[in-house]
Amino acid sequence: MTADVEEPNRRDIVVVAASAFAAVGAASLIWPFVHQMNPDAGAQALASAEFDLSPVQEGQAITVMWRGKPVFIRHRTAAEIETAKNVPVEELPDPLSRNENQPGTPATDANRTLEGHEKWLVMVGICTHLGCIPKGQTLADAKGDFGGWFCPCHGSHYDTAGRIRKGPAPRNLDIPPYTFLSDTKIRIG
Amino acid sequence: MSNHASTYEPKSATAKWWDERLPVPRMMHDQFVDFPTPRNLNYLWTFGGILTFCLVAQLVTGIVLAMHYVPSADDAFNSVDHIRRDVNYGWLLQSLHATGSSMFFLAVYIHTFRGLYYGSYRAPREILWILGVFILLAMMATAFLGYSLPWGQMSFWAVTVITNLFSSLDAVIPGMGTGIVEWLWGGYAVSGTTLNRFFSLHYLLPFVIFGLVILHIWALHVAGQNNPTGLNIKTKSDSVPMYPYAVAKDAVALFAFVFVFAWFVLFLPDYLGHADNFIEANPLVTPPHIVPEWYFLPFYAILRAIPDKLGGVIAMFAAIAILAFIPWLDRSPVRSTKYRPIYKWFFWLFLFSCLALGYLGSKPAEGIYVFWARIFTAYYFAHFLLVMPIVGSIETPRKLPGSITDAVLGKSPVRAGGGVPAGAAAAPEDR
Amino acid sequence: MTAYRTVVPLRSALAALATLVCTGAPAIAAGGEVAHIDRHEWSFAGFGGQYDRNQLRRGFQVYKEVCASCHALERVKFRNLVQKGGPEFDDEAVKALAAEWPNQISDGPNDEGAMFERVPKLSDKIKGPYKNEQEARSIQNGAYPPDLSLITRARSVHNEASWYIHVPMMMRDILTGYAEGGADYMYALLTGYKEAPEGFHLAEGMNYNAYFPGNQIAMIQPIPEGGAVEYQENAGAKSSLEQNAKDVTAFLAWAADPSLNERKQLGWTVMLYLIITTLLLYFAKKRIWSRVKH
Repeated sequence: MTADVEEPNRRDIVVVAASAFAAVGAASLIWPFVHQMNPDAGAQALASAEFDLSPVQEGQAITVMWRGKPVFIRHRTAAEIETAKNVPVEELPDPLSRNENQPGTPATDANRTLEGHEKWLVMVGICTHLGCIPKGQTLADAKGDFGGWFCPCHGSHYDTAGRIRKGPAPRNLDIPPYTFLSDTKIRIG
Repeated sequence: MSNHASTYEPKSATAKWWDERLPVPRMMHDQFVDFPTPRNLNYLWTFGGILTFCLVAQLVTGIVLAMHYVPSADDAFNSVDHIRRDVNYGWLLQSLHATGSSMFFLAVYIHTFRGLYYGSYRAPREILWILGVFILLAMMATAFLGYSLPWGQMSFWAVTVITNLFSSLDAVIPGMGTGIVEWLWGGYAVSGTTLNRFFSLHYLLPFVIFGLVILHIWALHVAGQNNPTGLNIKTKSDSVPMYPYAVAKDAVALFAFVFVFAWFVLFLPDYLGHADNFIEANPLVTPPHIVPEWYFLPFYAILRAIPDKLGGVIAMFAAIAILAFIPWLDRSPVRSTKYRPIYKWFFWLFLFSCLALGYLGSKPAEGIYVFWARIFTAYYFAHFLLVMPIVGSIETPRKLPGSITDAVLGKSPVRAGGGVPAGAAAAPEDR
Repeated sequence: MTAYRTVVPLRSALAALATLVCTGAPAIAAGGEVAHIDRHEWSFAGFGGQYDRNQLRRGFQVYKEVCASCHALERVKFRNLVQKGGPEFDDEAVKALAAEWPNQISDGPNDEGAMFERVPKLSDKIKGPYKNEQEARSIQNGAYPPDLSLITRARSVHNEASWYIHVPMMMRDILTGYAEGGADYMYALLTGYKEAPEGFHLAEGMNYNAYFPGNQIAMIQPIPEGGAVEYQENAGAKSSLEQNAKDVTAFLAWAADPSLNERKQLGWTVMLYLIITTLLLYFAKKRIWSRVKH
C-alpha cells in the first residue's frame, strides 16, 4: 500500500468494506423495531370468527365484531333486494363490487353478496370516507336517501346493497371474505 | 467546549448559513471529528463509546417494549409473556433489553476500573469523575426499577427487600422509615400501585442518565482524555484526530462487544436472569434463595456483612458514595498506576476484593461466607480511606516519560532532577 | 476476536475439568438432600440445537394423555401447535383436537347476558381442568398442580461448586451455550421416583422423589415404569418411562420457549456477520493506524 503518510487513504478497500458491512448490519437491525408494531400473532389468529344468524329476522340487521371492526349483517327484504338490483351499474359513483370474495367485479347486487345467500348483505360497517360508522342498523336510524345507510359525519348515502350513491365517500362499503357454513351460520375472515 | 482551535470550514453556502446561526456542524466537527485524542490510548478507552451504544440500545428497546407492556399487577407478567410469544420479534427485543442491562453494567464496571487504574479521576477531571458516579447511581436505580417490571417472583421480592432497606431509618426517627417505605409502595405492601409508579420512574430515569452523559462528555472534552501514561497532551505529535483514528478503534471494540452481547441474547437469553422470575409474583411465598442480579452482588454482600440493619444500609450506600471523594483521597504525585510500583498491588487486591464480594453476595449469608464478606468489605473501604492517601504519600513513583510521544516511541524516561519532574503530570498544564 | 479463536480448545479443556469435578457426586444423595442432576443430550441444546418435530409430537401426546388431567398449559394456544418450529400438526388435526378438548373455555356474556362454556377454537388457550387455584387445591388435597407453560424456564439446576471451580464452570456454560438446566431438572424429576430410603419420614399423601427439593412431592409418579402412553408406529420411538419423560420434557421446553428454532438460526447468521465485520474493522483500523506509531 502506497498511501499518503500524513493523510490515511479513506477509500482504502478494507476501510470501505468494513464501513459497508457495519452499515448493512446497522440497517438490518432496524427491521425488528419496525415489524414489532405490526399486528402480532395473537391478533392474526383472531382473523376469522363465526356467527349464528338464525335470530335475525327479515328486515333486521345485526352488527358483529371482526378484527376489532364492526361488520354489518342485514337480512334484506325482497323489496330491498329488488331496489338494489334495478340500479344500473353505470349510474354508480363506484362501479366495482369491493367484494373480497370476488375482487374486481362490477358492483351489481349479485356481486355484492354470495351466490345462494343473496338475502344476506355482509359488509364492514366503516364509511369509506374517513372511517365513521354509518347509521342504518336499527329501525330508528336515519337510512339516507337510498334506504340503506347514512354516514352522519360528512353525509354519505349508501343504498340497500351498501353502495355509495351520494356524498364524499369514494368507495362502496367493503365486503369482507366470508363463507356460509350452513344456512344460518357464517364465518367471516 | 474544549480549548483546541476550531478547524471547521463550512464547505457550502448552506453550511455557512447554518454556521452563522446554529453552529452544530462546527461543534460536531470540533468535538467528534477533529478532536485531539492521545495517540497512546489502549482498548480500555473504547468503553466510553460502547457505553453510549448501550444507553441508546436500552432506550430504543425500552421504548419499543413499553408499546406492549402493561404495568398492572394482573397483567404485567402476562404482557411480558405475550411480548416473548406473540409480538413480532418480541422475544428478540425483550432479550436485548434484559441482557442489555447486564452488558451495560459489564461495560460501566470496566470503564470505572480503567479510570481507577489510570487515575482518570485526578485533577482536572474531578467533576468528570463525579458525574460518572452519579451516572452509576442513576443506572443502578433504573436497573432496579426495571427489574420489578416483569412481575415475577424475583421482581416482587427484590422490590420488597430493597424498598424495606429504607425502614432501617426507623432506628433514627421512629416511624420515619416505615413512613418512607409506605410512601414508596403507595400502600401497606408492594402492590400493583407500586409497579405502576416504578414503571413511570423506570421510563423517566434513562433520560436523566442521558442528560448526565451529555455533561460527562462535555466535561471530558474540556479536560481532554486521560491516557495510559497519565501525561497531558503537550504537543501536536502527542495526539491524533478522533476521526478516523479513535473512531476506527472504537468501532472494532464495539463490534467485539456486540459479539458478546449477541452471544447472550441469541444463545443464552436466560443465563443472566433467574429461573424464579418465570413464576408470576406471589405475595404469599418468598423464593428460597433470593439474590439480586449479578451487578448488584458486591453491594449486596456489603449490606449483609454488617450485622446492624441501619449500618448495613449505610455501608452499602457509602460504598458508592465514597467513589465521589477519591479525587482528593489519592495523594500520589502521578496519575497512572503504571508508574506506581507499590500501589499497583493494592489496585489488583481491590479488584479481587470486588470480585470476591460479588461471589459472596451470591451465597447464603451464613458461616464462613459472612466472615469473608466482612474481610473484603473492610478492605473495600480501607483501600479508599487508608491505602490511597498513605501509599500515595510514601511511594516513590517510577520515572515518567517526557511526553506521550516519548512513551510511544520508547524513549527512555528523563533522568531524575532533569526535564519533567515526576509530579508534573498531576499538575494541570496548558499547552 | 481473540475470544472466539480460543473457544474450541478452551471449551474442551474446561469441559474436561468440570466433568472431573462433577462426577464425584453420588447418584442419589441421602434423605432430605437433592441428588445431583445429570446433563442430558437434548436435540435443542447448544448453538445449533433445534427441536425435533417428532419428539415434540410424542411429547404432546404424553402431555395430553398424562399431564393434562391435572396441569394446564394456558400460555400456549392451540394455534401454536400448528406454527413453525413447534410440533407442526396440521391445521385440521388441531381444530379437531380443540373441539374434543375436555376443558371448555368460559365465554360470554351471550345475548341473554349469561356466561357460557364453549368448545375451544384455534386462538384459545390450552385450558387445564380447574377453574382456579382454589378449586385445584380443594380437589388435590391442598397441592396445586402448576401451569406448565413456562415450567422448564422456571426451574433450573443449582450446582453447588466450590469457589475455585465456580469461574471455570461459569465459563464452560457460557462458551458451550448451556441453557437446558430446566429441561434436565424436569427429566430428573419425572424419572426420580424411588422407594424412600429407610428412616426417611414421608408425610401422608406424599411421594419420595430424589430430585425434588425436600424429596417429598405431592404429585404421584405420573409415568410408570414401561411408559404411560402408546406411541404410534411411525412416531419414531418406543414408549418407556425414560422416553416418555424425555419427550414430554422436550415438548414443555418448546412450550416455554417456542422461538428457539428461529432464535438459534438467526444466531448463526448474526455471529457470522459479527465475526466478519469485526475482522474487517480490525484490519481497517490497522490500515488507518499504520501511519502512526502507537
